[in-house]
Amino acid sequence: MAPNEIDPTFLALPYERLGQVALERARDFGVTHADFRFERNRYQHFSVRDGAIEGAQDAEDLGFAVRVILDGAWGFASGVALTESEAVTLAETAVTVAQVAAKMTRHPVELAPEPVHKDVTWVSSYDVNPLDVPLAEKTGLFAGWTQELLGADGVDHATGELQQAQENKYYADLGGSSITQQRVRVAPHLEVHGVDMTSGAFDAMRTIAPPVGRGWEYLTGDIFDFADERARLPDLLREKLAAPSVHAGVYDLVIHPSNLFLTIHESIGHATELDRALGYEANYAGTSFATYDNLGTLAYGSPVMNVTGDRTVEYGLSTVGFDDEGVETQSWDIIRNGVLVGYQLDREMAHTYGAELNGGRSNGCAYADSPGHIPIQRMANVSLQPSTDGPDTDGLISRVENGIYVVGDKSWSIDMQRYNFQFTGQRFFRIEDGQLRGQLRDVAYQATTTDFWGSMEAVGGPQTYQLGGAFNCGKAQPGQVAAVSHGCPSALFRDIRILNTTEEGTA
Amino acid sequence: MRQSLMRGRPQRLVEHALETSTSEQCIAIVNDTTSANLRWANNTLTTNGVMHAIDVTVIAFQGAGNASVSGTAASLEQVTALVASADRAAAIAAVAEDSAELVAGDAARDWSDSPGETSISVFEEFAEQLGEAFKQAQAERRILYGFVFHEVTTTYLGSSTGLRLRHVQPTGHYGCTGKNAELTNSAWVGRATRGFSGVDASRMATDLATRLSWGERSTDLPAGRYDTILPAAAVSDLIIDAYWSTGARNADDGQTIFSRPGGGTRIGEEMVNASVRLYSDPSYAALECEPFVATGGSSDRSSVYDNGLPLQSTDWIRDGRLTSLMQTRHTAELTGQPTTPAIDNVILEIAGGSGHEADLVAGMEDGLLLTCLWYIREVDPQTMLLTGLTRDGVYRVEGGEITGAVNNFRFNESPIDLLRRYTHASQTVPSFSREWGEDFFSRTATPALRIPDFNMSSVSQAL
Repeated sequence: MAPNEIDPTFLALPYERLGQVALERARDFGVTHADFRFERNRYQHFSVRDGAIEGAQDAEDLGFAVRVILDGAWGFASGVALTESEAVTLAETAVTVAQVAAKMTRHPVELAPEPVHKDVTWVSSYDVNPLDVPLAEKTGLFAGWTQELLGADGVDHATGELQQAQENKYYADLGGSSITQQRVRVAPHLEVHGVDMTSGAFDAMRTIAPPVGRGWEYLTGDIFDFADERARLPDLLREKLAAPSVHAGVYDLVIHPSNLFLTIHESIGHATELDRALGYEANYAGTSFATYDNLGTLAYGSPVMNVTGDRTVEYGLSTVGFDDEGVETQSWDIIRNGVLVGYQLDREMAHTYGAELNGGRSNGCAYADSPGHIPIQRMANVSLQPSTDGPDTDGLISRVENGIYVVGDKSWSIDMQRYNFQFTGQRFFRIEDGQLRGQLRDVAYQATTTDFWGSMEAVGGPQTYQLGGAFNCGKAQPGQVAAVSHGCPSALFRDIRILNTTEEGTA
Repeated sequence: MRQSLMRGRPQRLVEHALETSTSEQCIAIVNDTTSANLRWANNTLTTNGVMHAIDVTVIAFQGAGNASVSGTAASLEQVTALVASADRAAAIAAVAEDSAELVAGDAARDWSDSPGETSISVFEEFAEQLGEAFKQAQAERRILYGFVFHEVTTTYLGSSTGLRLRHVQPTGHYGCTGKNAELTNSAWVGRATRGFSGVDASRMATDLATRLSWGERSTDLPAGRYDTILPAAAVSDLIIDAYWSTGARNADDGQTIFSRPGGGTRIGEEMVNASVRLYSDPSYAALECEPFVATGGSSDRSSVYDNGLPLQSTDWIRDGRLTSLMQTRHTAELTGQPTTPAIDNVILEIAGGSGHEADLVAGMEDGLLLTCLWYIREVDPQTMLLTGLTRDGVYRVEGGEITGAVNNFRFNESPIDLLRRYTHASQTVPSFSREWGEDFFSRTATPALRIPDFNMSSVSQAL
C-alpha cells in the first residue's frame, strides 16, 4: 500500500451500504438528525525487558453505531455484525433509546449547522504504516536497544514498549455528508532502572521522545535522535541516583516542552473544554474554574501567554480532517495575551454558544474512541505559542539565580476544577546564577493554575518549540481514551512551590 | 432481541478457531458483552447507549514462541482471518521467556450455556425514579449529575488441550454528584452492584440531599496533618493502587516498595499493622469474579501460557506480613514462590475492626470525614507515595458529630504507610472506588479507617 491512501482492506468493508440502510431506517421515524459511524481501529502493543520480548498483542475494534435525535433527545446504539439487518436493528434500537431518554431530557437537543462534506477522504501524514512492519523487526529493534542499555554501567534493568494504532472511520449523516478517514500514531517508551548501592535507593530514567502522529519512520529516521537519547540515559540515571535531595521551598523554574506539555494538557486543555465548564463532566472528569461567564475577562496568565486549539497541525495526535460529527477541523485562539477567549466545542454546544465563539459553527472537537462509544467533546491539540524572537532554553536559564530546570514528564495530578496541580518529572537540574549544576532528586512542583501561568515571565523562541503529547487522556462515562498533542516552547516561571517528595511521604 | 440471534454462537467461534489453527497449539477466548448506560447532568439526561460487542482472541503457539491476535468477530470468516494472522505471526515469533505447558482439562459443565445479557430495560424503575428526582432537585435548587451502567460479559475460553471454560461476569455501578444551585457545595454517592433490582434512584437522591445539608455550613482550613476518617470508598481508592503494585517481576527487579534492598522480594516481611489482611477471592460474596486466568497478552503480571489456571483465594498480606505477590508460573519460578496470579477483586480486612463509618465519626473529637479521593497518581514507587485530591465533601467532625464542610485538599500519602498508622477501623463492607471503580476495578470490600495524621499537603479551591 502506498502511503497516504486509505487502507484497501478498510475500503473493502460494506460501510456505505450499511450507512444507507441505517440512515433510511432512522428517517422513517421522523428523526431530526441521524448519523452513522463505522470504524475499524487496529492496535498493536509489545513490551521488551532486558533484551527479550515480554509480550505482544494485536487487537482490532470493528463495528458501527447509529445516533439519532428524536423528540429532542439523543438515542445511540452500536453493534458488530456487518449485516443490513443489523443496521436496521441498530437504527430501531437508537430510536427506542431516544424515546426512553426523551422522558428525562429537559432541554431539547439541537445541533449547530455544518456544511455538507460529500464523498471526502482524509489521511494523516506518515511514510510507513507501523502495522505494515513485521512484528519481529520492531521487537528486534527495541529488544536490541534494551540489551545495549543493559550493558551500560549502573543499569540493572532496561524496558521498552511500543504502542501503535491505525484508525479508520467512515461517517455519514442524513444531511448528506460522507467522510472516509485514516490516521496512524506511535508511542515509544524506553526506560532504564538502577540502584544506588550506598543508599539502597532505586530509580528509573525514561526517554523524552514524545508520542506522535507518524509512522514507523519515527523509530528509524532522524526525526528524533534516539541514538543520542540512548547514549545519555545511563549517565542521567547514575547522576540522578547520586544526586542530592531537593530542599523544599520556592524556586524559579525553567520547564522544557517534554514536561510543560502535560501541565498545559491538564491546566489549560481540560479547563477550556466547554462541556466541563458547563458541568457535563461534573460526576466524572470534573468541571472547570474557567466558566463561560469569564470569557473575554479571565486573566488566565501573564501577557506572554498565547494558547491556540487546533486539530490540523501535521503529526498532531488530535489532528484529523473531520470530526466525529462531520465537522471540518479548524484552528482558533483559546488564550490571547493572557486572557481567556475561546473554548473547545461540539455541535450541540455550538448550537447555543457557537455564535459568540466560532461564527455559529462547531470547531470540530467531537470524538469517539471506538464504534461502541458515543462521540463527545474531546481535546484539540492545545498549544502554547513561542515568542517570535524569544530566547533559547539556555537564554531562559541564564535569567535564573536560584532555580530548577525540569525535563520530561512523570507523575501528574490536578483537581476536579483544574485549580491545584502537582507534577514530577524525569530530570531536575539545579540552576545557580544562570548555570546548570547537576541533578536533584525527590522534586515535585505544586501550584494553582492561574497563579502558575501568571508567574510565567518569558516563553522561549520558535527554536525551543516542540510537540509533546499523550495516548491516554481519559474522559466520559463510559470511559473513553484519546490521544492528543501539545506544542510549547521552553518557558520561565518565577517563585513556584517545590516539595520534597521523600519528606511528603514521612509521617 | 438481537442477542437471540447470537445464542449458542460464542462456543462455535471458539471451536472454529481451534479447528482452523495450523499451529502446534492454540487458545481461543471469546468475550460476549452487552451493556447499557444512562448519563445525566444539570438535572437532565445527556447521553446514553446500548452496546453489544464480541471480541475474539486467538493465541497461536509454535515452538517456544506465540502470537496473540484479538479482534471483533461476529462471523466464522472473521475468526478465520484472526487465526490466519495469529498462525502466521507465531511461526516467526521470538522465543517467549514465559513459555510453559498449556493448562490441560475438559469441558466445564456450563460450557454449552448461552451468554448472559443485559439491556436498557434494566434501568426501567431506576429511570422513572430518576426523572422524579430531577424534578424534585430542580424545585429544591439542587443540581444532579450522574451515570448508571450495567454490563454482562460472558467469557468462553477453549484450548487445544481440551480445556473449555465459561464465566458470566455482571458488572454494574451508579454514581451521582449533587450540587447546590450556587455550585458552592458538592456531594457524591456511588455504589457497585451486580444487578439493578432494588437499586433505588430516589434513595440515592435523598442521600445526596442529606450530604448537601451537611455542607450548608462551611469553613476554611489550612493545609496540615489532620485526624481523618477515610470512608470505605476512599480506602478502596488507595488499596487498588497498592494491589496493582504487587507484581512479582517488578518487585524482584528492584522497582517497587515490595523489593528487598539488595535483591529479591520482601515476601515474609512484616510491612503493616499485624491486624491487616489483604486478599483476593473469586468466590467472595457480591464480588464474585472470574475463577480462572483468561489473558490475551503476556506482561510483567500475566502470561498467555497460564490461560485456564484455576484461581483460589489468595492472601497478599496476612497478619501484617507480605505473603504473596502477583505471579505467573514464569515469575513464580524466577522468585521461588507459588503461582499466585492476579484476581479481579480485592478485600481489606482489619482484625478487630467493628461498627460502621458512623461509629468512627461518633468516636472522633475533632477531625475530618472524607467522601472520596480523586486523581490519584504515584509520586514515588520506593514508598508508594501517592498524591491526589479530596472530592465532593470534606466534613468537619466535632464532638462526635458532623458540624459542616471544609475546603478540599491535595494529599500526599502512601497506602502501605496508612496501614501502619491507622488507629480505628470499621468492619469490611463492599465498596466502590470513585477513582478506579468505573473503568478498571469495581470489586472491592474495605473498612473505613481513621488516620491520626493524614497529610493534607495543600488546599484545593475546587468545589
